[in-house]
Parts: sequence; structure tokens; C-alpha cells
Amino acid sequence: MLRDITIGQYYPSNSIIHKLDPRTKLMLTLVYILSLFIFQNVAGFAVVTVGLVLIILLSKVPIGYMVKGLKAIVIILVITAVFNLFLTPGETLVVFWKLRITKEGLKNACFMTVRLIYLILGSSVLTLTTTPNQLTDGLEKSLKPLNKIRVPVHEIAMMMSIALRFIPILIEETDKIMKAQLARGADFESGNLVKKAKSMVPLLVPLFISAFRRANDLALAMEARCYHGGAGRTKMKPLKYKSADGVAYLVMAGYFAAVILVRRFF
Amino acid sequence: MSIILDKVNYVYSEKTAYEIHALRDINLKIEDGEFIGVIGHTGSGKSTLIQHLNGLIKASSGGIYYNGQDIYDSDYDKKELRGKVGLVFQYPEHQLFETTVFADVCFGPKNRGLSRKESELRAYTALRSVGLPEDYWYRSPFELSGGQKRRAAIAGVLAMDPEVLILDEPTAGLDPKGRDEILDQVAKLHKERHITVILVSHSMEDVAKYVKRLIVMNRGSVLYDGTPKEVFAHYQELEEVGLAAPQVTYLMHELRMRGIPANGTATTLEEAKQSILQAFSS
Repeated sequence: MLRDITIGQYYPSNSIIHKLDPRTKLMLTLVYILSLFIFQNVAGFAVVTVGLVLIILLSKVPIGYMVKGLKAIVIILVITAVFNLFLTPGETLVVFWKLRITKEGLKNACFMTVRLIYLILGSSVLTLTTTPNQLTDGLEKSLKPLNKIRVPVHEIAMMMSIALRFIPILIEETDKIMKAQLARGADFESGNLVKKAKSMVPLLVPLFISAFRRANDLALAMEARCYHGGAGRTKMKPLKYKSADGVAYLVMAGYFAAVILVRRFF
Repeated sequence: MSIILDKVNYVYSEKTAYEIHALRDINLKIEDGEFIGVIGHTGSGKSTLIQHLNGLIKASSGGIYYNGQDIYDSDYDKKELRGKVGLVFQYPEHQLFETTVFADVCFGPKNRGLSRKESELRAYTALRSVGLPEDYWYRSPFELSGGQKRRAAIAGVLAMDPEVLILDEPTAGLDPKGRDEILDQVAKLHKERHITVILVSHSMEDVAKYVKRLIVMNRGSVLYDGTPKEVFAHYQELEEVGLAAPQVTYLMHELRMRGIPANGTATTLEEAKQSILQAFSS
């Protein structure tokens, strides 16, 4: 039932992308997102597409699996496209009643939609190829300099890793409770909005209770193992850059340069 | 009145890296009024199997017939089916949500479209039959102890007045007293109301004591299907798939090995006692 949610889930495989250092992948994703907002014409779009396709192919994650993650943002995509289409001033192409479609509007709508789709696809490569633990490790290490200005980097990373870890657990729990209530004849689908909201009570109350119970248990288990924050804590597998990461940074620099050059000269 | 499973297969997360073939070609016929035990090690497909019986999971292939009707027919009333085949999940106390125990038990019958009066009557009968003392009925379900919560949750399913009652490890995490009480009450329900009961359990002693037919699951298939005596005669094969026979069966085999004419097929403590007494008195 709810097992189909793919956003933020790890997809085990043995690809080159999976083996990269999480810091490299974080940086790559950041640069990729920047590049999405730098390109402005079809040539730039081509460069970004090539980059994205290449990364997806290298990651060995089935494309169908990634596209499933887009389902969640269909509504946002439609709203973005519609607003851009009708509300951008410029050279008029078509007029329906009071709505005008302009040439600029059409272009904006296309590019914004593509940008959003690419944004989701690109960043889902990061979460699909990196385990939550690696991800927060990478984040913690990358943000370490912020410790000097008293940003609690370790605590933020720990909270993030716990939150990420709990997503699949809570999904499973929801699935279980949903089934248990369905077995008692609950109906989550039919009826109007008020009725539907009401029918969520038998699902939400047990879910909240179980979330609090789990949080409480986790806190106890952490304290029982003497957790007291990041100070003086060592890692079993400290992050180390390998030669593949160097290559990845070079490719990234080349890609970024290409995107900027294309914007300048085409 | 029966449930028939015809070549049921089920695959979790089909066509992804997490693909698991949970059930393989299951053929079963469950007759009216049976008391069936289902055993199998963790991940053998027990829980998946029982969720098929009330239509919570749809088989990847194969058919399920309840009283001769195909439950996968597009016009088959699944809600009605879930009322008739009551399923008590593992740790059912995690599904409690209402402000009082009594209101929570009324949830099921209300969903079946019964009037308030009728629902309350059902709840009353159900709470009585699980043996929950009356002074707990109007308390919040979250104030109850583990065993009492479990009873309240089982009552929540019983209140739907099911023809078939499926319990997925109803005694997990309970103390021996709570365990015996709950199972005794289930056996009583089976006897008095002639409900078909399917009991999923990890305790060989429990199934040996209560059930009349035992189904052993292994890797998504039915390994054995017979009376507990027949099944536990294969105790060596059972060990190979991560299960075992009841402790007394081992004791009886050991006694026979040492030349005492004890009954090697005894599966319950009572039988073993009789047989040993007989062996020594003759």
C-alpha cells in the first residue's frame, strides 16, 4: 500500500555513484541545482540533460523507480506551469476570454516545469544512492567549520539522521495500523472531506502514540549507551576521499564550466 | 461455508531491488468450524497468508473463494468480508484509539452499519467473552496494562461478530498467565459459538494444546498440513526449517531410547503424563 513511496529512500546497488564519498555527492548535487537555475536556453538545457542522464545511468537505479518519485509533485508542477503560462507579460500568442498566453510565458512554463522535474530527479539520485547514515556523516563533516560560530552541527546532523531513519519505520507503522483498522471495517476513502478527515482519527491517534513511544525508547537506548552529544566522539568508519572522488570533482568542474559557457555564448 | 485458496502467489515490491516472493502456490481449504494452527519461522509467509484471507492483501496471482464466492470479483463486498473474517493483528493493542475501551470496541460494529444500541450490545458481549473486568470498560485504553489492552483489542474484532477469527501471535509479549487466559478464552469461543479459529503462533506447546489441524509454513510454501501429532512426528525435519516439536515430544523420544515404553507421539503435557504413568504402572 504505502510501500511505493520512493522519495528519500535508499536503493541498494553497487554502482560508481554509490561508492562516492557522500561529501562529493552533496557538492555535486549542490552544483547541479545551481546549474539548473543558470541555464536559460535550449543549448543549456541539452547540457544539463546530458549530465542528468549520465548520472542516472551510472547510478544503476531503474529509471521507472525514480520517475515514481515525481508523482508526489504533479500538483506543484501543474500549478507552476499554469501560473507561468498565463501570468507572464510579453508578446501575446493566444487569447482565451480574459487569459493571455505570451511567448515568454510559454517559454517560462516549459523551463520551470523542466527545472522542477530535474530538481527532483537529480536530488533523488543523492538519496537513492546514499544511505541516510552516510548522508548525515557527509553533512556533518562538510558543515564542521560552522562549529566555530556555535552552530550545533553534530546535533543537527543527528536529528536529521534520526528523522530520516524514522521515515520508513513510520510508513510501515502507518501501513500496519491502517490494515488493522481496515480489518475492523474502517473506511478511509469514501465520503466528503469532513468525513474523510474524521476517518483519519483511528489512524492518527495510534500513530502519534507509537511515534512518541518510539522516540522515548530511542532516547533511553541512546542514554544507556552513554550518548552525550558530539564532543569527543569518534567514528568507526571515518570518511576518506578516494581517487574516484577526485575524478568526480573534475567532471563536476567541467560540467559547471560548460553550463556557464553555454549561457554566455549561445 | 469454507475458505478456499487456489494457487495463491504473492510478491512484495515487485520488480524492485526489494522484491520478496512471500507466498508460492498456496492451495488450502479451510472448513467451517475448524481450529487451525499456523507455524513457521520468521519470514515464512504466515502473516502475509492470513492477510489474504480477509482481502487486505491482493494476491499477485491465484484465487481466494469465501463460501464459494470469488473475493476478487469486482462487485464483491470487501467490507462485508472483513466483518465475517475477523483478523487480530500482532500487538493489536497498538490500534486502540478511542477515549474509552467501550467506545473503541464499538468501532467495528459501527463500521458495519449497525445502530448505536446494537453496537453497544455487541461490544458488551465481546468484552464479556474476552474476560475483561467491567471496571476497565469506561477507562482510557491507554491506562490499561499490556494484557488488558490486548483483550480490549481482541474484543474490538470479536464485536464484529466474525464467522472466522484469525489471531496473529495473540500471546506475544504476555506473561504465562495472560497467555493461558487468552488462549483458553479463544478455545471457549470456538467451542461455544462454533467460530472457525486460525491461530498463528511461535509456541509449539500452545498449538499442540489447542489446535486440531496444523499448517507449517516454510519459505512461502505449505510444508506440512495435518493434525499436530502427524506434523510433530516430523520433528527432525521441523528442526531443519528452524522450528521444533513441543518439549514433551522430545522427552518421550528420549524415554523410548532408554527403553521405557512411553508413547512417542504425545504432544501435550497431559498426554505425556498419562503415558508415563501407564508405562510405569504396567
